[in-house]
Amino acid sequence: MSAVLPAPVAPARFYVADVLVKLLLLLAGLGLAVFLLAPMASIFERAVLDNQGNFVGLHHFATYFATPALARSVWNSVWVSLAVSAVTVPAAFLFAYGLTRSCMPFKGTLRLIALIPLLAPSLLPAIAFIQWFGNQGAARWLIQSLGIGSVYGAPGIILSEVFNCFPHALMILIAALALADGRLYEAADALGTRRLRRFFTITLPGCKYGLLSAFTVVFTYTISDFGAPKVIGGNFNVLAVDVFKQVIGQHNFSIGAVVGLLLLVPSIAAFAIDWVVRRRLTANLTTRSVPYAPKPRALFDKLMLAYCALVCLMLLAVLGMAVYTSLIQLWPYNLTFTLKHYRYALIDGDYAPAFWNSLTLGAWTAVIGTVFVFCTAYLLEKTRGLGPLRPVLRLLALLSMAVPGLVLGLGYIMFFNHPQNPLNFLYQTMAILAISTVVHYYTSGHLTAVTALKSLDDEYEAVSASLKVPFYKTFWRVTVPVCLPAILEIARYYFVVSISTLSCVVFLYAPNTILAAVAIMNMDEAGDIGPAAALGTLTVLASAIVCFLYALIAGILLSRSQRWRFNVEKP
Amino acid sequence: MQNGRDISALPPASRDYGIVFQSYALFPNLTVAQNVAYGLVNRRIARKEVQARVTELLKLVGLPGSEPKYPSQLSGGQQQRIALARALATAPGLLLLDEPLSALDALERVRLRGEIRGLQKKVGVTTIMVTHDQEEALSMADRVVVMNKGELEQVGTPRDIYEQPASPFVADFVGRINVLDAVATGPGEYRSGRLTLKANGHTYQAGSRVRLYLRPEDRVVEGSLEGEANRVRGQIAKVEFLGGHCLAELQVPELDGQPLAVFFSLNQVRELDIREGAALELALRPDRIRVFAA
Repeated sequence: MSAVLPAPVAPARFYVADVLVKLLLLLAGLGLAVFLLAPMASIFERAVLDNQGNFVGLHHFATYFATPALARSVWNSVWVSLAVSAVTVPAAFLFAYGLTRSCMPFKGTLRLIALIPLLAPSLLPAIAFIQWFGNQGAARWLIQSLGIGSVYGAPGIILSEVFNCFPHALMILIAALALADGRLYEAADALGTRRLRRFFTITLPGCKYGLLSAFTVVFTYTISDFGAPKVIGGNFNVLAVDVFKQVIGQHNFSIGAVVGLLLLVPSIAAFAIDWVVRRRLTANLTTRSVPYAPKPRALFDKLMLAYCALVCLMLLAVLGMAVYTSLIQLWPYNLTFTLKHYRYALIDGDYAPAFWNSLTLGAWTAVIGTVFVFCTAYLLEKTRGLGPLRPVLRLLALLSMAVPGLVLGLGYIMFFNHPQNPLNFLYQTMAILAISTVVHYYTSGHLTAVTALKSLDDEYEAVSASLKVPFYKTFWRVTVPVCLPAILEIARYYFVVSISTLSCVVFLYAPNTILAAVAIMNMDEAGDIGPAAALGTLTVLASAIVCFLYALIAGILLSRSQRWRFNVEKP
Repeated sequence: MQNGRDISALPPASRDYGIVFQSYALFPNLTVAQNVAYGLVNRRIARKEVQARVTELLKLVGLPGSEPKYPSQLSGGQQQRIALARALATAPGLLLLDEPLSALDALERVRLRGEIRGLQKKVGVTTIMVTHDQEEALSMADRVVVMNKGELEQVGTPRDIYEQPASPFVADFVGRINVLDAVATGPGEYRSGRLTLKANGHTYQAGSRVRLYLRPEDRVVEGSLEGEANRVRGQIAKVEFLGGHCLAELQVPELDGQPLAVFFSLNQVRELDIREGAALELALRPDRIRVFAA
């Protein structure tokens, strides 16, 4: 048999492939070092230097805490974030419980509606709540009857952030509740356990890590969000707005750096908690688990449906108010239908390029971000060599989540605006907006890619090596096609987050690269609430269209690959 | 060493080998033909030649005509044969099989065992197969290497390994075996419990503690036991039915509670009236007992 083909001699380029892997890994490491670590280091540096570059130790921290108005923001930020968590997590838990543990109808639709806030810039609910409950709000009586004088300040921030955070908490809790092992419930039933006891002994302990994770996510989202408090916060100071005021308003970069570092504290703490929780979570799961299947219970199912429908109605009311505002002349004086706000936002106004810039940014990050994230994840998961660098890269990939966008953006100005930085040319370009967005939202894409790659057989690479096929060919012929759904998912995620992001880019845009979320903020500040709502509506629409396209393409791809992805017939 | 070349330090791609994994590791998005041709396409070989080679290999592994199918359309055993064809496609000098049969069900495993062995003989490629299944190793290999925690325990033919295990680990690991605690009393003589047993070919200092290893089939029961060494008498405590044969557990009072497992064919069970509670006398073969220091 060996007479058929002579055994070919291994060409020398396989050594080249090894070198290539190392080079690419180094490049990825360098990228994360320059665009994540270095800006963070500049903030640390700036916090302990004065304007002449002399070391002043903790002087700026002392100044900050000696200013009562500033120090009060720390407390304000903390208690508002705690309040938002206290409302959002139980509300989302009940919603997730309905979706996973009841037999109510319309689960798919309810879930879809509940995730809608993900598509909106964080300013949009604030605008909507001003329209609902503001000084001339449609339902001002409602909050006044609750004893709240004005929506501006803490009440408005809490309402807006609950809207923003709800889907984040919901996704985590659905995942946690879906992990339930049906065998435990069968065992409990066999032992004659009552429902309530079952809930407290099986359900709650089973998702305690999910609850903890949801809590930290909501807390850090709220404390580092800047859009909602900027719009609806009034005179109520919070840390995120302080950073903005210090840097943009007073050009006080040192105090800005101090506040940025303060913002980093809860994020890093949340990151550490999440790190521990994730480890426990994987240990909790076994392949033998049997998924829990709920049984119909008429009253319970109806109650759950009523609750979920009510929540969806409230979410839609917020979004609906924004859309309505964008389509009428001027609330509450002239309610006639008009498209003039859209014309102003897209064509006539000062911020006309903003929407198109945002779409461009979305496309850029979707392409660059996806390629970089997936290739780096591949190199980390499926290749060998450079052992010591790998854990560092993994940590950086996860750490990006722990850096609030505002802090990252601050680091970017301090690092890239420095005249001696050779990368100074990036400053005020679309490229720096794209890079900062890619880095800011790195973790989620990375985890998606790693999950997809982990589900592939680790031995593909070993087989390829034995067949003398270089790794990049196998990557292109096998890994990419098999992971295509995950790759598209990453691209969709990047597009959606980059067209609504504000905190990360608010320090970095230039007049010609202004983005939709920034334009919404500026128009709202100028009192142009109609055009602001119009632009917000447009970003939601663009995100929704991209999500729809994604679903369509993913569906087509899946049906095409049906032949190999599923067991069609087993002889 | 491969063809006089030390390959330990070379990167995997520069070694000349084909590999088959327990998980098959077939590329799910490529057809059977594309999978088998995966290593060939990269070598600037004319498409026709590649096709001919694929056809030949698929015939060789007994799956002709499966070119357009995808791996998920094949059974586990079929997938493993495709993986074998893919590994053989480049005519490697060495074939590595990493527990190729572990993921298959028992029947398929035994069938494929014979097929792989036949194929290997036909192709004549040096093959190293890693397995945790002792029976698989004994039935397929020309030479067996027994390893324990990364240490080499014994190298030999399957019969050597089975009949003359070099260490207690090998004796325990491969096949079933009785272990009796004993003390050496003289040249080739050992006392276990209140019984003196003879074993050939070993010498331990009198008084040293040893263990005697004896396979359940290494006994004499038929005919007259007159003049046989190592005669023991006991009562059958239980009989385990194993299909073609039975394993009886014999309680010998002189062994102080150490049970003795003995194989009987079904015919012997009938002829010798092997049943729970029956009394039995047999002789342990002195040439078969292996002695190791305790």
